[in-house]
This record gives sequence, C-alpha cells and structure tokens, in this order.
Amino acid sequence: MTQIEEVGLEKFKHLVSERALTGETMLLNMGPQHPSTHGVLRLLLELDGEIVVNCIPDIGYLHTGIEKNMEAKTYQKAEVMTDRLDYMNTMGNNLAYVMAVEKLVDLDVPVRAQGLRVILTELQRIASHLVWLGTSGLDLAAMSMFLYCFREREQILDIFELVSGQRMMTTYFRPGGVWRDVPVEFEKAVRDFIKIFPKRIDEYEALLTKNPLFLDRMLGLGILDSATALSYGVTGPTLRASGVDWDLRKVRPYCGYEQYDFNVPVLTEGDTYARYLVRIQELRESLKIVEQALNKLPLGPVRSDNRKFVPPPRSEIGVSMESLIHHFKLWTEGFPAPKASIYSAVESPRGELALMLEGDGGPKPLRVHLRTPSFDNLGVLPQIVKGHLVADLVAILASIDIVLGDIDR
Amino acid sequence: MGVEQKLGNMGVVTTTLEGVVNWSRTNAMWPMLFGLACCAIEMMSAQSSSYDMSRFGMELMRASPRQSDLMIVAGRVSKKMGPVLRRLYDQMPEPKWVIAMGDCASCGGVFNNYAIYQGVDEIVPVDVYVAGCPPRPEALIHGVMTIHEKVKGESFKQYAEKYK
Repeated sequence: MTQIEEVGLEKFKHLVSERALTGETMLLNMGPQHPSTHGVLRLLLELDGEIVVNCIPDIGYLHTGIEKNMEAKTYQKAEVMTDRLDYMNTMGNNLAYVMAVEKLVDLDVPVRAQGLRVILTELQRIASHLVWLGTSGLDLAAMSMFLYCFREREQILDIFELVSGQRMMTTYFRPGGVWRDVPVEFEKAVRDFIKIFPKRIDEYEALLTKNPLFLDRMLGLGILDSATALSYGVTGPTLRASGVDWDLRKVRPYCGYEQYDFNVPVLTEGDTYARYLVRIQELRESLKIVEQALNKLPLGPVRSDNRKFVPPPRSEIGVSMESLIHHFKLWTEGFPAPKASIYSAVESPRGELALMLEGDGGPKPLRVHLRTPSFDNLGVLPQIVKGHLVADLVAILASIDIVLGDIDR
Repeated sequence: MGVEQKLGNMGVVTTTLEGVVNWSRTNAMWPMLFGLACCAIEMMSAQSSSYDMSRFGMELMRASPRQSDLMIVAGRVSKKMGPVLRRLYDQMPEPKWVIAMGDCASCGGVFNNYAIYQGVDEIVPVDVYVAGCPPRPEALIHGVMTIHEKVKGESFKQYAEKYK
C-alpha cells in the first residue's frame, strides 16, 4: 500500500519534447515536498540546462473527496466541508456555499447579515493576500515580509475568533444569514485594523515595490497575455494583471457590493510584477470596502425568519411548540430543496469560485460541483514558464497564487 | 550535596551522559518544512512573529528530510500522498520523531471517506497527537513541549531497541 509506483518514460512521452527521449534534455522532479510549491504540488520539469522546456503539473496529492462528502450530508452540515476547501479563504468559501443554497431554496437574507458578510469576506481577502505576500516573499528570500505579513494576519484572525470562536475554520455564515450577531467589541476591533493597516501596506511597499533586487526577480517574467488567460479560464488578480477588467463584485454584484465605492485594479503588463501590484492595490480597495460596509452596517436581525430553513432562536424553543418542532426537524432531517440545478459564483481572492448545486427534492444535495479558481489558474502555468530559468519558475508559480486544497479538493 | 558544592566555583557540573545527549537533542530539534493542508498555515503562524517557535530552538525549518529531526504532519494525508510521506520519513536520519498535527492527521477528522488515511499512524509511527481543526499555534507549541519531555525521558537502551 505504501509503495511508490515506478513509471517509465514511455508513459508520458507525449507530454515531453523529443529531445527528452534521446537524453539531450533532463527531466527533473520538483515536489510534492518542496518549499516553494505552496503545498503538495508536483511539477515534472524538462530542462535544457537551466531553461525550462516543458512543465507538467501533477496534482491530486491532496485529493480529499470534498464534493462526494458534501453529497452525503444535509445542506446545513455540508457547509463545514467548504471551509477546508481553500483554507486561505474560509469565509469566502462559506459565502459561495450559503449563497448557492439560498439561491436553490429561494431564501432571503437580512441587510445586516449582508453587511457582515461583506466585511468578513473582505477581511478574509486581505488575510489571504497577506499570506500570499508573505510566502512569495519567502520564496524570493525576503524573510522579513513573512514576519510582517503574519503579524497583521493575526489581527484579522483575532477578529474572526471574536465573531465565530475559531481562527480559521469559522463556518460563520449560515444559509439565511450568519450564525449569530457579532459581539460589541467587533466594531472597535475592525476600526483598529482599518486605522493601522494603510500604514502597514506602505511599509510593505517601501520594502518591495521599488527594491531593485525584488524588481530583478519580478519584472518581465511569466508574461500572460489576455487572450491566453481568457482561453484557459484564468480569473482573479491573475487575469486582471493581464488587462482584463473582470471582477464579479463589479460585473455581477452580490451581497450588496453595488452600494460600495471601490476600484478594480487592472494592469496590462501581465507579468509577475503586475500580478504583485494588482494584489497590493486590492489590499487597499478591500480595506475601503470594509470601512464603508462598517459605516453603513444597520442594526436588525442577522438571520432570516423563514422557519422552514433557518433554525429558531434558542429563546423561542422554550415557549413555542412550533419552534421546537422546526428546530427538531431542521437538525434531525434537514430542509428539503427543490429538484433544480443552480450555479452561483463569488469572487474569491484567487478568482471566480463557484458552486454547481443540484437538489433532488430531499435534504441532501444530489450533486455538488465546485469550480475552483486555482485549478484553472494552474492550467496556464506550463504556458507561461516556458523559456524561463528554474529559479524564475518559483517566482512565477508564487505569483499565480495557487492553493492546493482548492485545486485537488 | 558534597562534591557539587565544592566544585561549584570551578564551573563543573556532574550529570549523566544520557541527560546531556537528551538535553541537547531537545533544544535544537529541527522540524521538516512539510505542509500538507490547512494546518500548515497554522504551523507557519507558530513560526511567525506572534508565536515565535524559535524560542525553543526550532526556527530553522529544513526543507530536506535528511537534515531534520522532527516531522510535523500538518494536514490530511491522501492515498496518493501516503507513500511519499513514508519515503520522506525513511529518509530522515535517526533519532526522529513525528507529530500528527490536527484532527485529519490524527484520526481522519471530518473526512471519513475513500481518499484520506484515517490517521497518519497507518503510515508512520506517531509520538504526539495534537487535536484541533486546525490546532491553534499554542496547541502545536504544547505538542512540541510534550515531545521535548518525551525525549528527556528516553534512554540509550530504548534508542537501540527502537532503531535496531
């Protein structure tokens, strides 16, 4: 069971050039245990000296069977699986899932819950970009970036812990609203973060943006033109750095994103440095959204009062027989969803994260399919690394910001 | 307390060889830089400024198994990853220790399905299990301290039997 199968060159000779068969070029295995593959990605490289001739990604080392597991659970319980999908973007995955369920069963969401969802997903976007900035800095030997970025990320995780009790796997959004209202300390914690964070972004930029050593490693590498990006289904900051203005928050607003004033940073260079700049600007834009949403956040209920889908509050169970029945039915049986198939998409830090959800009239989904952005973004990697040095491959791979949990699921 | 008092000024401490060896093993235990999934992010948090594992002589994460003493299995282990994990373990020099970090590595966690090993102890011998999904960095540090305690109590005879 724990034997590694030896595979000869015949098995994959259609993937490499003819020169590999004669031994003129070298085949090199990078990963699955490699510090700069950001997880357990394996890259099979065909090298001509130091130049990458072919790059063949081998995925599946983190295949978890999340889609299948979700089909075995009721709609409420399947949500915990989405947290473990793209573990940098847990709130965003929850949002994609609860929005899909709400669309399937046609459930309303109170305005306050929408506002909280926007605040927390944008904070999560900042946290995700911070991990990206820290680890890709680490790949380029900028160790201090890692320490600075994780310092700010801790502050965001503290906010998450405040609202949900967990640092990473929050499962805070629920179909029909959020788990419970935020505590009173929430507003101060977010305001503190809004206050200090712009200065911290300036600090990062002072360290990197005009640093000649950094520019040498970033400029003009891995150029991705817009036509290739679109044909491979690339989304997110990677697409926007290639000159395509496509952000689901703008083009198909959800959760009330249309009422916030923010820009979508778009650059046309399409190289590693452009992708870095787009993400840095997104940090500032996300912070703008958080501030506006916090100012606009109304008071009111945080859960829909449609008792067929949303459990009643604890206080009602003791006094109302009907609430007790609803509570019992929802947690033993779940709620039935109509026989329909829907597709619902949100903008995750990596691109378009979407769910195809099919109901069969029962309390469990018939089919769950996830359209995860990292999978499509990784697909374009072999195209953009050809002709670059192995050392630059690390920078290019870091710049497309993949998460293996998102790819393999 | 006769001889220690007399020798105190001369900078001499008497102890056992086992004590010295075990002490030196705990304070420079290099973990392998090996992240699998979500727990790897918390492992990075434990290394970062807020928690700072370098307080325990562990700031140096080695990417090569041949230079590391401690394997922190941080995340779920799929059927495809299992053989790779075993090979990495076999490549580590002895003595070596394993921490199963998180519920997935300890017992399969929420993923009771076809794709995931129900606990990494099906593949490698585990010394310490750390619970949590994912465990907080403090929990990981506690796991590391537990392994330090374990190492301090080990004898050469046990090593000889373990790595026969």
